[in-house]
Amino acid sequence: MAHALPHLDARTVGELSFWRRYIFSQDHKVIGIQYALTSMAMAVLGGVLALFIRLQLGWPGRSWPLLGRLFPGGMPEGQMSQAFYLAAVTMHGTIMIFFVLTTLLTGGFGNFLIPLMIGARDMAFPFLNMLSYWLYPPAIVILLASFFVSGGAAGGGWTAYPPLSALPQAAPGSGLGQTLWLVALAVLIVAFLFGSLNYITTVLQLRTRGMSMLRLPLTVWALFVTAILSLLAFPVLLAAAIMLLFDRLGGTSFFVPAGLLVGTTPVDHAGGDPLLWQHLFWFLGHPEVYVLILPPMGMVSDILANNARKPIFGYRFMVGSMVAIAFLSFLVWGHHMYTSGMHPLLGTAFMTTTLVIAVPSAIKTFNWLATLWRGKIRFTSAMLFALGFLSLFVTGGLTGIVLAQPPVDIYFHDTFFVVAHFHFVMASAAIFAAFAGTYYWFPKMFGRMLDERLGRWHFWLTFAGIYATFFPMHYAGFMGMMRRIYSPQLYAHLQGLAPLNVFVSLAAFVLFAAQSIFLYNFFRSLFRGPRAERNPWGATTLEWTAPSPPPHGNWGPALPVVQRWAYEYSPPNAAQDFLPQTAPAAVPVGREPGALGGDGERRR
Amino acid sequence: MVAQRMLAPVEIPAERRPGGRNGSPPPGEGGGGWGQEGAPSAATARLGVWVFLAAVSMLFIAFTVSYAARRAAPDWTPVALPPLLWANSGLLLASSVVLEGARRHWRCGDAGGTRAWLGLTVLLGAAFLLGQVAAWRELVAEGVFLASGPHSAFFYLLTAVHGVHLLGGLGGLGYALRRLARARPAEGTTGLMFAAGPGKATGTLDATRIREATVGEATGAAGADPGALLGNVAVYWHFLTALWLYVFFILWS
Repeated sequence: MAHALPHLDARTVGELSFWRRYIFSQDHKVIGIQYALTSMAMAVLGGVLALFIRLQLGWPGRSWPLLGRLFPGGMPEGQMSQAFYLAAVTMHGTIMIFFVLTTLLTGGFGNFLIPLMIGARDMAFPFLNMLSYWLYPPAIVILLASFFVSGGAAGGGWTAYPPLSALPQAAPGSGLGQTLWLVALAVLIVAFLFGSLNYITTVLQLRTRGMSMLRLPLTVWALFVTAILSLLAFPVLLAAAIMLLFDRLGGTSFFVPAGLLVGTTPVDHAGGDPLLWQHLFWFLGHPEVYVLILPPMGMVSDILANNARKPIFGYRFMVGSMVAIAFLSFLVWGHHMYTSGMHPLLGTAFMTTTLVIAVPSAIKTFNWLATLWRGKIRFTSAMLFALGFLSLFVTGGLTGIVLAQPPVDIYFHDTFFVVAHFHFVMASAAIFAAFAGTYYWFPKMFGRMLDERLGRWHFWLTFAGIYATFFPMHYAGFMGMMRRIYSPQLYAHLQGLAPLNVFVSLAAFVLFAAQSIFLYNFFRSLFRGPRAERNPWGATTLEWTAPSPPPHGNWGPALPVVQRWAYEYSPPNAAQDFLPQTAPAAVPVGREPGALGGDGERRR
Repeated sequence: MVAQRMLAPVEIPAERRPGGRNGSPPPGEGGGGWGQEGAPSAATARLGVWVFLAAVSMLFIAFTVSYAARRAAPDWTPVALPPLLWANSGLLLASSVVLEGARRHWRCGDAGGTRAWLGLTVLLGAAFLLGQVAAWRELVAEGVFLASGPHSAFFYLLTAVHGVHLLGGLGGLGYALRRLARARPAEGTTGLMFAAGPGKATGTLDATRIREATVGEATGAAGADPGALLGNVAVYWHFLTALWLYVFFILWS
């Protein structure tokens, strides 16, 4: 376990076969790009599933003959079947959360950036890193195979609550599809664990000379804290998944209570507790949303500082608040279960911890705003998406405070208000940060620049599309529209929402279509974009001291030596408006205490 | 001792600014990172083992919580565990002791002895696993199956998950054994080549240097140092022994 293959020497890499160099590569950059590209493909798939959901909600019961011909199983005679709709909801959530955001942010950006930003040649365990990526495609194959089995893909929601997920006979999607869902997730969890193990060890052990912990860029801090979160949270889901598999396949009763009837047939189980699954699931599930939002927080911090040409405001508070968020995220899982039956005192406790987590989040938000304050802001595509992240994070964060309170949540639980909330704060915000990161680091990844004009079009259409799609969902939630509902037209209190649902669906289609601008820009720039110089954004961090794209081993014979913190933007009396972390100490007295953070008051 | 070795390189040097108050680093070099290059050092590999064990711990904590919660249900019917488990525990404990013996032989520079003791460790570990399977078969013979009740379900589940981890440990031991077999005596001497890094192996039995290599203070990579590898596998193995005693305890009590 602890042992990795001997490191590939930079000199021998030219002799590597195509397979060792691009497919079964142990180079962290190749692995990061593999993760990112695979996640992008999965994002398209997850997006298509979302379109199916919106198709049904916008025009429930309508027949689409062409789609009926394309998907005879899911849309017999052009009408979406209930089982397919529920599978689409479940798989959209599963794919987007586990197979897109987690893999893209930690697998993609984490792999690519961590060694480059800390001045290492690679991860601590390159072989394990390769293994981590190569568990991901099998997990995808297992997951997607479930669309083609009898009963279709899992339909019990991405949270897989028993007994729906525990009894194969409970619903069409509870059959083999659910088993495959669990196996795919278990395989992916192992991949995440290998990744996290690598990130933690690499950040602790492989920092270059001078790179103290408090000189790390916030992106690395975020990825480091995220890795600790995943490492401690995912095994719990793995344990739960193993027990659920035992319930499904081995006849045990960990989660299935006695006395259940499926139809009129009594179920042969006794004594299990479905709430136990919910506790285990959300003990992972809530840290998981921070696994998705912490890396964006770090990346956005770096992109904001770079494009505002100012040091990040309150570096130490930024680090501290990330650690606080990570710690608190283990104490809030109960707020997903207010309506599952819980002692009121316990509910109050979970409400308190949930509200407390708003404090470090607000510290970060105000620090970002203070970073922008009176900066020389460059509105690059990366910056626009970083600012978009801020907007979406605040919008979604505020509804989080609403939902944190049990009496309010009892009304809003399982409505579209919740859907709107998490699509803003977790999904869209994280995707925006991923876009910001892509526009920002693309030159380093591929040695070419993305088209900025297309980037701006992409941003404005996506930004408007996100708000048009998800903001009205708050209102639908107010009116009592349930999430995962298949037939809103059958409920009198929801019939008035039909025009709103059509609008949301249309907005969703526009939003999806706008992503083609990005895909076009991405693949065109990959081959035809203008060559990127070493440091196109005038950035301070170490990855910009390596060639674009960096060779195997990242740097030449000597590793960079770090002299200062990562946010030396617009230093007074300096020739240029930034100083790389490697710049020698010839700076005005008093500017160098990088580790002290951006607050100039605390100089010596 | 183990924990200290693990933690030491992780510590952030105290000085936080170049030429700061806590000692002056050489000019042009700040404090902080270690600037390690190449394959993972012994300390890095050791840290990796501990991080992995943190994940394994969380897995078993989740099982324990479920166990405690499930135990409160009215259908809890305890199963009489086969007494064979006591013998199995003895085997696994013995394997840990023997593994320490192998490490002592390594520190004394006795490669042959190390291999023999390590081989015995593997045998004892394999015997433990066979014993666990025998315990399962005993239960099956008594009519206690996986789905017979919550206690039996947890018994099979926990022993199986522990067994899978132990299988990985056996793989690690086997790998260490293979690497030790390759550590051939250097030409013309009776000593062994405990490669502590390129150009450092003189081929003579230098007890001090071997000691250094084994405690992972040498600059050499774990990939070049079977002793460090042995130490890392030992951490994992002892953890699994302790984990088994813990699992046995909660299943029994």
